[in-house]
Amino acid sequence: MLYNEPSPLEVKVLTRRFGLPNSQSLDTYLASDGYKAFRKAVEMGPEKVLEELKVSNLRGRGGAGFPTGMKWGFVPRNSPKPKYVVVNADEGEPGTCKDRLLMENDPHQLLEGMLIAGFVVDAHVGYIYVRGEYRYVIEILDRAIAEAYERGYLGKNILGTGFDFDVYTHTGAGSYECGEESALLESLEGKRGVPRIRPPFPAVAGLYQCPTVLNNVESFSAVPAIIRDGGAAFAALGTPKNGGTRLFCISGHVNKPGVYELPMGFNLLRMINEVAGGVRGGKKLKAVIPGGSSCPVLKAEECDISMDFDSLAKAKSMLGSGGVIVMDEDTCMVKAALRIMRFYQHESCGWCIPCREGTLWLRKLLARVHEGGGTQSDVPLIGELAKNMLGRTFCPLGDAAAMPTIAFVEKFREEFEAHLNGAPCPFESKPVSA
Amino acid sequence: MANVKLTIDGKTVEAPANTLLIEAARRAGIEIPAFCYYEGLALQAACRMCLVEVEKAPKLMTACTLPVAEGMVVRTNTPQVAQARKSMLEFVLTNHPLDCPVCDKGGECELQDMVFRYGAGESRFLEVKQHVDEREWSPVVFYDRPRCILCFRCVRICAEGMGVAALGVVNRGASSEIAPNRGDHLECDECGMCIDICPVGALTSGTYRYRTRPWEMQHVGTICTHCADGCKTTLGIRNNRIHRGNNRDRSGVNGEFLCIKGRYAGDFAHHEERLLTPLVRSQDGFKPVSWAEAIKTVAGRFAEIRQRGGKFGVIGSNHTTNEENYYLQKLARTGLGTNNIDHHRTGDVLSLLRARVPLATTADLYHSKAVLIVGVDLAQQHSFLAYQIRANWRHHQARVYTVRRGPVREDKIAARIVSVEPGGELAGVETLRDDLAKEPELVILFGDAIQGEAVARLTEFGSSLGIPVKYVCLVDYSNSRGAVEMGVLPAEGGMTLPEMMAAGDLDALWVVGANPLRRHALAGKPFLVVQDLFLTETAQAADVVLPAASAYEKSGTVTNVCGEVQRLQKAFETPGTKTDLEIFGLIAREMGLDLKQLGPWTPSAVFAEIARTVPGYDLPVEVLEAGGAVQAGPSDGLPDAVWAPVQSAGDTLFTSGTLGRYSKMLNAVREAPGELYRA
Ligand SMILES: Cc1cc2nc3c(=O)[nH]c(=O)nc-3n(C[C@H](O)[C@H](O)[C@H](O)COP(=O)(O)O)c2cc1C
Ligand code: SF4
Ligand code: SF4
Ligand code: SF4
Ligand code: FES
Repeated sequence: MLYNEPSPLEVKVLTRRFGLPNSQSLDTYLASDGYKAFRKAVEMGPEKVLEELKVSNLRGRGGAGFPTGMKWGFVPRNSPKPKYVVVNADEGEPGTCKDRLLMENDPHQLLEGMLIAGFVVDAHVGYIYVRGEYRYVIEILDRAIAEAYERGYLGKNILGTGFDFDVYTHTGAGSYECGEESALLESLEGKRGVPRIRPPFPAVAGLYQCPTVLNNVESFSAVPAIIRDGGAAFAALGTPKNGGTRLFCISGHVNKPGVYELPMGFNLLRMINEVAGGVRGGKKLKAVIPGGSSCPVLKAEECDISMDFDSLAKAKSMLGSGGVIVMDEDTCMVKAALRIMRFYQHESCGWCIPCREGTLWLRKLLARVHEGGGTQSDVPLIGELAKNMLGRTFCPLGDAAAMPTIAFVEKFREEFEAHLNGAPCPFESKPVSA
Repeated sequence: MANVKLTIDGKTVEAPANTLLIEAARRAGIEIPAFCYYEGLALQAACRMCLVEVEKAPKLMTACTLPVAEGMVVRTNTPQVAQARKSMLEFVLTNHPLDCPVCDKGGECELQDMVFRYGAGESRFLEVKQHVDEREWSPVVFYDRPRCILCFRCVRICAEGMGVAALGVVNRGASSEIAPNRGDHLECDECGMCIDICPVGALTSGTYRYRTRPWEMQHVGTICTHCADGCKTTLGIRNNRIHRGNNRDRSGVNGEFLCIKGRYAGDFAHHEERLLTPLVRSQDGFKPVSWAEAIKTVAGRFAEIRQRGGKFGVIGSNHTTNEENYYLQKLARTGLGTNNIDHHRTGDVLSLLRARVPLATTADLYHSKAVLIVGVDLAQQHSFLAYQIRANWRHHQARVYTVRRGPVREDKIAARIVSVEPGGELAGVETLRDDLAKEPELVILFGDAIQGEAVARLTEFGSSLGIPVKYVCLVDYSNSRGAVEMGVLPAEGGMTLPEMMAAGDLDALWVVGANPLRRHALAGKPFLVVQDLFLTETAQAADVVLPAASAYEKSGTVTNVCGEVQRLQKAFETPGTKTDLEIFGLIAREMGLDLKQLGPWTPSAVFAEIARTVPGYDLPVEVLEAGGAVQAGPSDGLPDAVWAPVQSAGDTLFTSGTLGRYSKMLNAVREAPGELYRA
């Protein structure tokens, strides 16, 4: 199912089967190169596959952008322990809605990516951890898995290669934190979804303390194309060190919000104006959150930027999970900061003091300021509290709450000041409540 | 493990590789603050108090999870670190009620201390605080969520330390709460470990809460009188009352461990039915009399019976001190001229001492590579020994073997479990031969299922393994072991306890701190003298009842199940009572016995004589005086003593013989009645 019209500027690699009739079915998949990459991978052998992956410059699509080839290389293939493949389909970052489409429209592409991963690290079991709200996606996945078993693409001795692989879906229960890889593993093991102390990382001690490949849906979904067409071809689509395309989820005040597959390094302003049809209602652009709600906001004048991991890092923001949130001139930045903090406060797992207490304090503080109850000293306090969290929490959720907050007060300080001492929100008559 | 060198605050520090930075710093005298880090428990990295600067690290690192490495350069005294600590405390105080003035923990609270040292003087938090009402999880454990800093110590000590796992976390974020295993209440050991390990006043105990303040009490370290494990308990005393028991200073063999009895069951001493005046039987029941009159009555009858060559029986206690036991048997033998002396034998210590094999200490249970538990439900009957073995398993991966009739908690950590029918214990042990022979060393613990001949066969089995083996003979109550070693046993020709009860021709029966009528009928009508705390079944039948002081009201020494001798310290007084030792002395004097030969009835004088005359008891007094534990040396096996069958008192976590019936806390917990609770 498609939610938006494709754009002619798209480069369709992962989404090439989107819109084909019955695109979820194995037959459609097979008719368009399906499971060829797996056969090819078996012929190449694990080492070569890993090499191709490294050449492809594929970087993790879950948010952190860690090179996928390198990550798979950390898995001790010869460990006597069982190894696992785990797909992170928890898709929790606000502004992000791409994994869902990849699973809905092309589940076999994901399964093939998992198969290849299993082959590379010698794993024979894979889990897809799907966010609880994606019930219907799990049904699609389960149908695809059943079909793959029936036709010999999963199970014992797959396609006569002698390789065995089983796949199970597992549902989350409505926690953003369970998208954090170690909390996900805890949850998958049936425990409370709180993060683990790291190191060790999942590659070495993951599911049931066994070596585990854990990647985002989009990362796995990119693997078949890389193996089929070669790592170099994939790399060439993007910019140096940022290989391939990625699914950008453009939301907010644009005329044509949607998910678009664009080459890495695509210019953000072009993305807004040419792909997403420009700012809604002819309004002026005020700010963009470039990669999901945890990424520091960019002011309009910062948006002439190449959308790749490194350029955004240089601009002190992040490419994150590809959720581009566009905000026009009528948007209240205090309210935006509050809305984001409400999310992280609600999702804080409560394990560590700075995140648990810091997000709650900030939520209350931001709500008070937005309602006009703030005084001059509250503005620097917001930034200071966020900085007191930054880099000091147990897992990156605390940072995810702190980073955007710091950016909002630093870049839009005058908007915060305009809310103080009983002043009503300049952008609306009705205040939001915390 | 090889040592590495690192620098902390400019000081060169050496520590074994893999030591956690927080430990290496502590050992070098540099304190890194911590709430969630707790030695011996799983790492949490949750409180973020221990953040320090580590050269080349991009951000502050948690010292509680970071292993030291060669050349590491650490700074704990920089403005950035100080600011981080201050900010963590500011965060943790946001939803904290700041009710220190009425909090049990005030004055000994880690949060108070931490804020005092590292925190800010004022708060910048202007928002509304979260509130959750206090909950009563059990008569023992209360939870006050607003005070909780979510360090998860309680959760870990319960799961890891106790093997119970009754506590967990519910909700998330700032709404997270610690929750008990039965939803709104606890079903657990009720040991209170969680309460004492709580750094703040979030967990409070039913016995202590809102009663007094830490600095208003005297803190007296003595030995728990309930089971034989010999835990040090530090009693908090105010106005002649025990307000709490704990062992936060980790002195004694038990470190911080105490079960419900050591922590809360000292309350028997204040029970309203406590005997406070001597009683003498008259036509119309008991008549309260003065001590002088009571002593005169007893001494008069004893002297008269002695003079006409009458027959005495003496039943000693497994709660009284070594000094009292020694003095009693000496008084019986030399003063009353009787050899009819015994006590309730709860385990076959005598046969084990006669086997002349090495005996394990409580520390051995924590260090031995392998442990075999035969015929006993250790978690129920010897909570501390079970704790030691569990800690050994967690920290040193000890292999644990159980040979038992039904499921026991130790099964959960067992390398092998052998199920047996009653009487099949030795055969069960035999099936483990091949596994045990492969162990580098072994400690064998056995209960009353192994006695007499079977003890010899068990030790022969141990010797045949070809590895070093040590033994523990499990007995009940604080001084069963001492009663044996002090000679509260008949020599050849003397009567055993069951024989005395059945004799029918005793002229006098003197029962000290024991309740034999609970298990045996008394034949005949001897002049019955009972020294006890309560009007027990036996006391009710007495002619004279002498109100005795409890173990918490006297000094002296006791010998625990592992033969470790420790000192009791008098914690308070219950007016009207006297120690058993003093009562013995007064009776002896009144009888006109040879006091020179008997010796003075002060604990130190009696102990000096014990050291001279009892094999293995020539122990360093200064260590005992300082509160240390010393295992008694090899015994001569008491060659004269008469062997008799033994029977465990069969107590559980929530019973303690007759004494336990007078502990309100033991009887208040819901786990007590009915089917045996098991975690
Ligand atoms: C709080 C938090 C939430 C996260 N949620 C997700 C998520 O929903 N989906 C996801 O793929 N990665 C998520 N991540 C990132 C994962 O921890 C992990 O880095 C990622 O799944 C690795 O896959 P990749 O290398 O393919 O990106 C989250 C991280 C954090 C700290
Ligand atoms: S930063 Fe701390 S409280 Fe927040 S989600 Fe991570 S571990 Fe939980
Ligand atoms: S109740 Fe006490 S020990 Fe338990 S988490 Fe809270 S503060 Fe820590
Ligand atoms: S284990 Fe025994 S000695 Fe220790 S506190 Fe409990 S009853 Fe007392
Ligand atoms: S002591 Fe290190 S995080 Fe709590």
